[in-house]
Amino acid sequence: MTRQFLAWIAGLAAMASAMFAMPILAQSSTAPAPYAYQQLDDPALEQRATDLMHTLRCLTCQSQSIADSDASMAGDMRHQVRTRILAGEEPEAIRAWLIERYGDYVSYDPQVSATTWPLFAVPLLLFLLAGLILRKRIGRGGVADREGEGA
Amino acid sequence: MIAELGLAALWLCAALAVLQLIGGALAQRGDNASDLAAMVRPAAMLQGLLAGLAFACLLWVFAATDLSVKLVATNSHSLKPMLFKLSGAWGNHEGSMLLWVTVMALAGGLIAMVEKRLPEKTMQATLAAQGFVAIGFYAFLLISSNPFERLVVAAVEGQGLNPLLQDAGLAFHPPTLYFGYVGLSVAFSFAVGALLTRNVTPDFARVMRPWVLGAWVFLTLGITAGSYWAYYELGWGGWWFWDPVENASLMPWLAATALLHSVSVLAARDALRTWTIMLGVVAFSMSMLGTFLVRSGLLTSVHAFAVDPERGTFILFLLGIYIGGALLLFGLRAGHVREGERFQLTSREGALVFNNVMLSAILGIVLLGTLYPLLTEAFDVRVSVGPPYFNPVGAIFTVPMLLVMAVGPLLRWRRDSIERIKLPIAIVTSIIVSVAVLAAIMGDMAVLPLLGLCVAIGLAVASFLPLRGRNLLRVPIATWGMVLAHFGIAVALFGMASDSAFTKERLAALQLGEEVTVGDWRVTLDSVDPVAGPNWTAMEAQVSAWRGSGAPILLQPQSRNFWAPPMQTSESALATQWDGQLYAVIGNRTEDGRWQLRVWWKPFVTFIWYGGLLIALGGTLAAIGRVLADLKRRSVRARANSRRTERREKGFA
Amino acid sequence: MRWTLWVPLALFTFFLGLAAYQLSQPKDDVIVSGMIGKPLPQFSLEPISPDRPGVSTADFKDGTPKLLNIWASWCLPCIAEAPHLESLKEQDVQIIGIAIRDKPEDVARFLNRHGNPYTRIGSDDLSAIQFELGSSGVPETYVIDSDGMIRYQHIGDVRAEHVPMLIQQLEAAR
Repeated sequence: MTRQFLAWIAGLAAMASAMFAMPILAQSSTAPAPYAYQQLDDPALEQRATDLMHTLRCLTCQSQSIADSDASMAGDMRHQVRTRILAGEEPEAIRAWLIERYGDYVSYDPQVSATTWPLFAVPLLLFLLAGLILRKRIGRGGVADREGEGA
Repeated sequence: MIAELGLAALWLCAALAVLQLIGGALAQRGDNASDLAAMVRPAAMLQGLLAGLAFACLLWVFAATDLSVKLVATNSHSLKPMLFKLSGAWGNHEGSMLLWVTVMALAGGLIAMVEKRLPEKTMQATLAAQGFVAIGFYAFLLISSNPFERLVVAAVEGQGLNPLLQDAGLAFHPPTLYFGYVGLSVAFSFAVGALLTRNVTPDFARVMRPWVLGAWVFLTLGITAGSYWAYYELGWGGWWFWDPVENASLMPWLAATALLHSVSVLAARDALRTWTIMLGVVAFSMSMLGTFLVRSGLLTSVHAFAVDPERGTFILFLLGIYIGGALLLFGLRAGHVREGERFQLTSREGALVFNNVMLSAILGIVLLGTLYPLLTEAFDVRVSVGPPYFNPVGAIFTVPMLLVMAVGPLLRWRRDSIERIKLPIAIVTSIIVSVAVLAAIMGDMAVLPLLGLCVAIGLAVASFLPLRGRNLLRVPIATWGMVLAHFGIAVALFGMASDSAFTKERLAALQLGEEVTVGDWRVTLDSVDPVAGPNWTAMEAQVSAWRGSGAPILLQPQSRNFWAPPMQTSESALATQWDGQLYAVIGNRTEDGRWQLRVWWKPFVTFIWYGGLLIALGGTLAAIGRVLADLKRRSVRARANSRRTERREKGFA
Repeated sequence: MRWTLWVPLALFTFFLGLAAYQLSQPKDDVIVSGMIGKPLPQFSLEPISPDRPGVSTADFKDGTPKLLNIWASWCLPCIAEAPHLESLKEQDVQIIGIAIRDKPEDVARFLNRHGNPYTRIGSDDLSAIQFELGSSGVPETYVIDSDGMIRYQHIGDVRAEHVPMLIQQLEAAR
């Protein structure tokens, strides 16, 4: 029953492009961490925390950031982020701390590294290619009165 | 009996698709007189009819809740309301695939019936291609996803009464996207037909254009609806996550957007021949790729539910044949397609080419970012690519594209000069600059939202400039369509930028009667009471919100617990104002008896979806305008023909 | 420039190969910790069970390798792995437990019903130790060597076939 249900949900969630509900199969019943659902008092610090949270991946969800999830572990991670920001840590230091533990998977913001350089090289290439195509398509002689002979 | 009828109809459809393919292929060998070639059109029409019959059979067994059919037993329930019984027919894998082929067959039948403008040989090649694609999907249905499969023993009651999917909006969301996907299959078949017969002409573009426009309208609606649905269902106020599944629907849209512009160039100016063909192939390829990514579960990573490797392999196989085949054909034949007309950089074509290249680059980036995790996983490295990547990298190409889009429609075809449109450019530039200055004075803003706001406002004004100095009553419907669609882009962009720049968030644990502020709203939690639905219980909060001295607005967010199957959902409550939305979610109770409340004030967030609707409306107007113009041209031509024959007859007399 | 016409096909073929390869691979959802080979971070956890002391980093540095088991009373696979932890305990393996987001009464009930293989149990309400360890789920089991270094991470429940392997890992960590 559950499997078919999940299959069904997945099909629709897939097409409809969202993951809306978490089965409460194995979630704890304890109270969430203090800063899971509570903002920092200083709006500037809270803004830094929120910006960071939107770029960290919830490890137990289906591709959601920890800022978009009700999973307990996402809540605990929000608590981590807020307490660390409150203690004066830099957002990028917190990200680095998490990446050290979970690898690049935990961050939605890929940094240039040995494994991710194509993500940045390809747009550059596309940019050059776009320039090239535009030059070739348009730059060449403008309006010619005769038909060209081939592509 | 009905189920068997449906199955028989499907088998016949598959046979007719084969006939269509063979007949069309024979016609290409110059064997035009052969009986099989003459049967291509009737076969396509009959196939459409029978596929419609098969789908009607599926609707019938769902409406009657025939529990001896496996699909009904696993996905329906005798107590569902009729609307959801029917929508249950396509709310599952098998049914949705049947809907896919049905729409495809109906589209094929329709072009076989009405399309007389292209040379017969090209039409036959097109229908052969359509049949060829259909065969694969019939095989997929009949071999691995038979929707009409019977149970040996009929079920006593159906299993599925999933409350979450009993939502009228959701019932029509998947088919909307499917119409878009399948509409692109027609463009694909036309492209293949044109490649096979080396016949890429403005006529070909005119025939293809309504299909591309129609598919694009459906995709736009589907994406808009999906985004709004995620926004209110997820309960965190996000409306786009750059999730692989979302990207799977965005990629065909990007390709279709590029295609519909290049098709316009081909139709009006006989330029961009190979490019249009290429986009025709790519657009449908993206639809199939999206289906594959969603169905195979390759990219849903953490919660890999509903991964079905067998079906995934089957779709990958189809992908290889169709996309691979079409691209192979493209490599072989595109070199023989004659280059179209030339044009200057500063011309309508020039702007459209620029737009096309930028759209293709954006498509390339979305494709790369979506598939990249798949690549690194082959080396056992897991990475995530999300908004912090897609937003800025996409903006590098989006912003120039939107700037060119602002002035492109003002340019003349073939050749023009910047000098002539100096004034509009000055207007748009000064608007953009003054918005930027204003925003900079008002406070510090992140770069992307700031850029978005400037471009959105400039573009909103620019989109109406093509109407300047024209008699509005005599402006063609298609031009109105363009103006509205471009304006819609500006509106949606404004909503996105505003949401990301100005949203106010407030998370609080409140006692009853306690008040918090969010933005210039005061929000009070009045009470929280248990309520019960048909298969859930919920805690419903009564939340009042004031702004200034106005009357309070009541919001009623719920935290719902469903018991079969057990799951918890947040039903967010939305209060829509002209200048934004107040978004409230009730969470759990804390240990000291307070309630978790999340409230957002999202200025102008609704513009995102209004924009989407405007774009779709613009597309619809453009399609109507084009079809009407074509009909008119046809009747004029027919009248001229009949007059000529008349004269000739008189002359002979 | 005829070759450019073949670029799309080349890219597509590459994708096809990649997708086919990935489809043929077993789906691998685990997130491997980056902390293997690094020392156990500093922490100190309160006890959650009356007859077992709490846990701190120092407890791992007494010269014998140990297992660190992340579990919870609300976690279903933890029930499945309980007998195998028990058999590890019978082979003189010291298992230190960390209960994630748990309540004392639930822990007591769980240990009563499924046995108590732990020498110490710490309580982690904030998943803080999970983050320190690079652990993303419950249950997970770590081999910590005699110097307090993290040597091995086992993701998911411990099954019968994992018991000898874990003993071997502990031997190697000596």
